[in-house]
Amino acid sequence: MEILFAPPMDSVKDGKLSVEGFSVAARAFADKWKRHNQSLPPWSWVPLIDRTLLVPNKEEGYLSLEKIILSSLEERPCSEEDESLDVKIDCSEDLESIDHAILVQNVENEAHYYDFHVVYSASYGVPVLYFRGYCSGGQPLTLDVIKEDLPSCSVSLLLESKWTFITQEEHPYLNRPWFKLHPCGTEEWIKLLSQSSSGAACQMPVELYLVSWFSVVGQVVGLRIPLEMLNLRTSAIQLQEQAMFSVTGKKQT
Amino acid sequence: MANEAVKFVWEGAIPLQIHLHKSEVASHPAPPPALVLAPRIGYLPLLVPLIKPYFKDSLPPGEDSIWFDYKGFPLKWYIPTGVLFDLLCAEPERPWNLTIHFRGYPSNILIPCEGEDSVKWNFVNSLKEAAYIINGNCKNVMNMSQSDQEDLWTSVMNGDLDAYTRLSPKLKMGTIEDEFSRKLSLSSSPQPRQGGAEVDVAGQVKTARIPVRLYVRSVNKNFENLEDVPEIDTWDEISYLNRPVEFLREEGKCFSLRDAIESLLPEYIGDRAQTSGEEGTVDASEETDGSPETGEIKLVRIQGIEMKLEIPFSWVVNNLMNPEFYLHISVLVKAPQR
Repeated sequence: MEILFAPPMDSVKDGKLSVEGFSVAARAFADKWKRHNQSLPPWSWVPLIDRTLLVPNKEEGYLSLEKIILSSLEERPCSEEDESLDVKIDCSEDLESIDHAILVQNVENEAHYYDFHVVYSASYGVPVLYFRGYCSGGQPLTLDVIKEDLPSCSVSLLLESKWTFITQEEHPYLNRPWFKLHPCGTEEWIKLLSQSSSGAACQMPVELYLVSWFSVVGQVVGLRIPLEMLNLRTSAIQLQEQAMFSVTGKKQT
Repeated sequence: MANEAVKFVWEGAIPLQIHLHKSEVASHPAPPPALVLAPRIGYLPLLVPLIKPYFKDSLPPGEDSIWFDYKGFPLKWYIPTGVLFDLLCAEPERPWNLTIHFRGYPSNILIPCEGEDSVKWNFVNSLKEAAYIINGNCKNVMNMSQSDQEDLWTSVMNGDLDAYTRLSPKLKMGTIEDEFSRKLSLSSSPQPRQGGAEVDVAGQVKTARIPVRLYVRSVNKNFENLEDVPEIDTWDEISYLNRPVEFLREEGKCFSLRDAIESLLPEYIGDRAQTSGEEGTVDASEETDGSPETGEIKLVRIQGIEMKLEIPFSWVVNNLMNPEFYLHISVLVKAPQR
């Protein structure tokens, strides 16, 4: 409620964000997340590391959510209380106690940690989700292992569109291989979401951009956001599903 | 058909002398190095079918995961070979001595490579990104028939400029030509273009977005000659900017390569920083000592050519871009003293 009725801020008309808009949207998203999603750690804003004094814009950076355990998110029912149990942060103590109980440690069941970064793409004018998975020892997970932690619809899409859905690419700021969710359909389904969120005006306040975006993109990696965060009208769920279909159903990304 | 400069770019090649890494030599005597001519617009993994037969009898048993290094520095396969050469060999080394590895892929540094398929999709995804920057969408790439897409890739792989010239117009990429007005008339077609040409209220400034990949290698210590540039140790010494250049057209003013680089690296050009002029005309080191906080551009290289920054950017883009419509610029800078 606070944002929708705020004085007219920049709004998103064509599904794209400017780099400044991204910075605004990112902070608004992180704030909301913190308020409504206390079972998960907060997103933090990482300002660009200035390696060779390349970056003039101090506003530039990316959002980061690290050390998340994604295991068996999908199988569980989705009531809020359960959700808080599903995703745990760095629960190495818990794991140890489990290991004692099981006695024989099964390597297959070793905890998988995930780091998520939301990075702005100047080429597409949209946010892009980068992620990586690793074991408690720090060894990176291959896509084959990661697949087991992803929702089944993402896995089948991966089979279908091996090269155009999730691929390993260089993290634009860290210069290391990360997984990337291809962004080229983003603008289209964001338009779809923004159309319905504020009627015929077809506009979305910049502050809501990342919330809407993540409500779709998060599902690809099994991260759902509480509906209160969306702050959209009644048909929110339906729209989200439509958009989800368009991000995954089309080969275009 | 294609103009002369584009032909030179497509025919450009780097002589490579490829050594098998010591730890992987399982034969006696060790195999002599392989000599290969590597197209500038090509990618290192595409050379593997040529190189592998040469070394296969010397390899220890095991599964292949092929990668290359230069003086121990792992080479990113998804950067065109010519760009790697321009970036890593400040003073060109011919033949360029590289080492091939069939084992021990450094997957913490390099993206995995599944041979030609990986290279092809890296190309296609770059092409889509370029289309998005230029036209505001990648529909023309998506709508290209499977066989045309395949043929386009084959033309790049084989360095077949004629086939490429035949196929690439199907992508309908907006071009920055001198007749800018033509582009404007295109933009008034039923479906308005996004991210393409625009005219501001006054009708004076026209912009277009140009796909640019800028590789900035920064060196801390001062040097007089390119031979004295220290060897590179890690990719962390290179900053990579994948960011469109907003091409500004103002009446009576030429948008130069300097303007383009300035838009991406404002600290290195502009009022505060200096750039080396032509050889022998500027005593840059002395000036730099006087204002230690500014950086300095030592060298700008595109397709092996040392560029003068006054050159019109439209010429550079139209003639020196790679086949995926990206202009790759290698820049060597002396980092500002902190």
